[in-house]
Amino acid sequence: MAQVTLSEIRKVYPNGYEALTPSSFAIDEGEFVVLVGPSGCGKSTLLRMIAGLEEITSGELSIGDRIVNDVDPADRDIAMVFQNYALYPHMTVRKNIGYGLKNRGISKDEIATKTDEAAAMLNLGEYLERKPSQLSGGQRQRVAMGRAIVRDPALFLFDEPLSNLDAKLRNQMRIEIKALQRRLGVTSVYVTHDQVEAMTMADRIIVMNAGRIEQIGTPSEVYHHPATTFVASFMGAPPMNLLEAEMRDGQVHLGGQVIGSGGGNGKVTAGIRPEDLVPDQSGGLSMEVEIIEELGAHRLLHGAMGNERVTVHVANTVDVPLGPLSLSIKADALSLFDPATGARI
Amino acid sequence: MKQLKLSTVVDHAILIAGSLFMMLPLLMILQMTTIPDTEIISTGPSLTIGDQFDENFEKAMFQASGFSGENTGMSMLKNSFILGIGFAFGKILIGMMAAYAIVYFRLRFATFAFWLIFTTLLLPLEVRILPSYEVVQSLGMLNTYQGLIIPLIASATATFFFRQFFRSVPEELVEAARIDGAGPVKFFIDILVPLSQTMIAAMFIIMFVYGWNQYLWPTMITTDEDMYTLVRGIKQIVQVLEGAVVPEFGRSNVLAIIAVIPPVLVVIFFQGWFVKGLTESDK
Repeated sequence: MAQVTLSEIRKVYPNGYEALTPSSFAIDEGEFVVLVGPSGCGKSTLLRMIAGLEEITSGELSIGDRIVNDVDPADRDIAMVFQNYALYPHMTVRKNIGYGLKNRGISKDEIATKTDEAAAMLNLGEYLERKPSQLSGGQRQRVAMGRAIVRDPALFLFDEPLSNLDAKLRNQMRIEIKALQRRLGVTSVYVTHDQVEAMTMADRIIVMNAGRIEQIGTPSEVYHHPATTFVASFMGAPPMNLLEAEMRDGQVHLGGQVIGSGGGNGKVTAGIRPEDLVPDQSGGLSMEVEIIEELGAHRLLHGAMGNERVTVHVANTVDVPLGPLSLSIKADALSLFDPATGARI
Repeated sequence: MKQLKLSTVVDHAILIAGSLFMMLPLLMILQMTTIPDTEIISTGPSLTIGDQFDENFEKAMFQASGFSGENTGMSMLKNSFILGIGFAFGKILIGMMAAYAIVYFRLRFATFAFWLIFTTLLLPLEVRILPSYEVVQSLGMLNTYQGLIIPLIASATATFFFRQFFRSVPEELVEAARIDGAGPVKFFIDILVPLSQTMIAAMFIIMFVYGWNQYLWPTMITTDEDMYTLVRGIKQIVQVLEGAVVPEFGRSNVLAIIAVIPPVLVVIFFQGWFVKGLTESDK
């Protein structure tokens, strides 16, 4: 199984646009890494460079102990699942799955055996003789997965594979993909713009923005200790509240209240997750609740704290009326960012 | 009983009248194959149906005419088929390959090359017939099937249609094939050709009919009578060399009818694919 190493990988398009600033990271054996970011952040470009579909402008990419910068996609020992599945419409499911093997000169019997195995694993057994157009979205997705696993590659690449599915199916496939990856233990790189997918599936998340890597970390690290205000606002729904606060004498002041401690003086951006703000009669912070979103298991309170918008996440057992509300912050829940650079302090 | 709507009746009346109008020349020719040549000269088309059809058909298809006595209707039919099919397949093959090169390979002047090919539409055969003849003649291809077909098979139209079609094939399909280890040739044969089936059928109709109906080029290139195509041969039969002889109208009219049938059959047979090929872009 491969370990993927990127060192100073950079992508500049012929028109001079830098899609990816020099980026380095390593992926461990069997790890599930999710690249997440808004559209145009360079995550797909990065994935396509790993796949060999996009040329690497500079830097070094190795899969296993082989530098693969100039290796053809077919010879990189990878398999890729595409957003629109990219199934060959004129071939049956069986032929779709076996096509990669056929091109590698594997005997017919072996292809049949492997295809059957893959199909059984994905519950596709009864669809093997159908054409992709006779399958539902979820089934097509499975065929695309089958095409990937049948080759037994060193590395799986997923390019937003779930974004064409409806919400319910997406949740189901998310779990299936994750379970399959666990079972096969294949190193995987998964690209998505959906932070929920990233949080739920990843062993490690790589958050990207504007061609740069903002943070690499486990889902919990990324969620609780975002490295930048971008990560703070991108990960989590609703996003982290980012409030302007002031640092004086080693203390952080927000709306006349001391909410935490920190070195230095001057303005800071205080980041507080919606669930870390708790309604509290004796709390020193106050907000004006304007809208209550009922979400079943919990509620979201939207309103104003001074001049800024805040969101508070409460359980459905907590009844809150519209109007003024006192809040306190959970211990250790405060993230502080430099207001100029957005970097964590 | 279902009520007949006036608008339906009117619609059908218009369609039937239109069809009859379009078919009238054919029906007239058909009528004229049944009467003796002398009657055609004296009365022209009429409503009477004569008894000469069998004899005319026999003469047209199986009896040789001309000086060499080698061009029967059958041989002309064969030549026409070879021209039509060779012409259509040649155009499809060349057009597909040219479009494949233009769309899928990062050539430096691909767009320029495409427009260059496209501008050849402005230079039909009639414009370049002398140089074309010169080339074919110097290659010794006069009176051969190669000479009939090869100079005509470069096709801007087919290239254009296949280019548009290839551009509608999703990019991911190419990438998936690359990862699956399909090289350019395999991708073309395993994926692009099967995907293009309907497009190929559509092109085949257009090109077959176009090739079948060629008149000027076969007239230039073929002087041996056994190389004549139907369209070319019909004219030869009506031509009268001695003043007092009645032209063989019956015979040429049979050939005219025969010449119409294959294109019609091709269109009817490929019709479904034709419509699909030209309208269905979502693959």
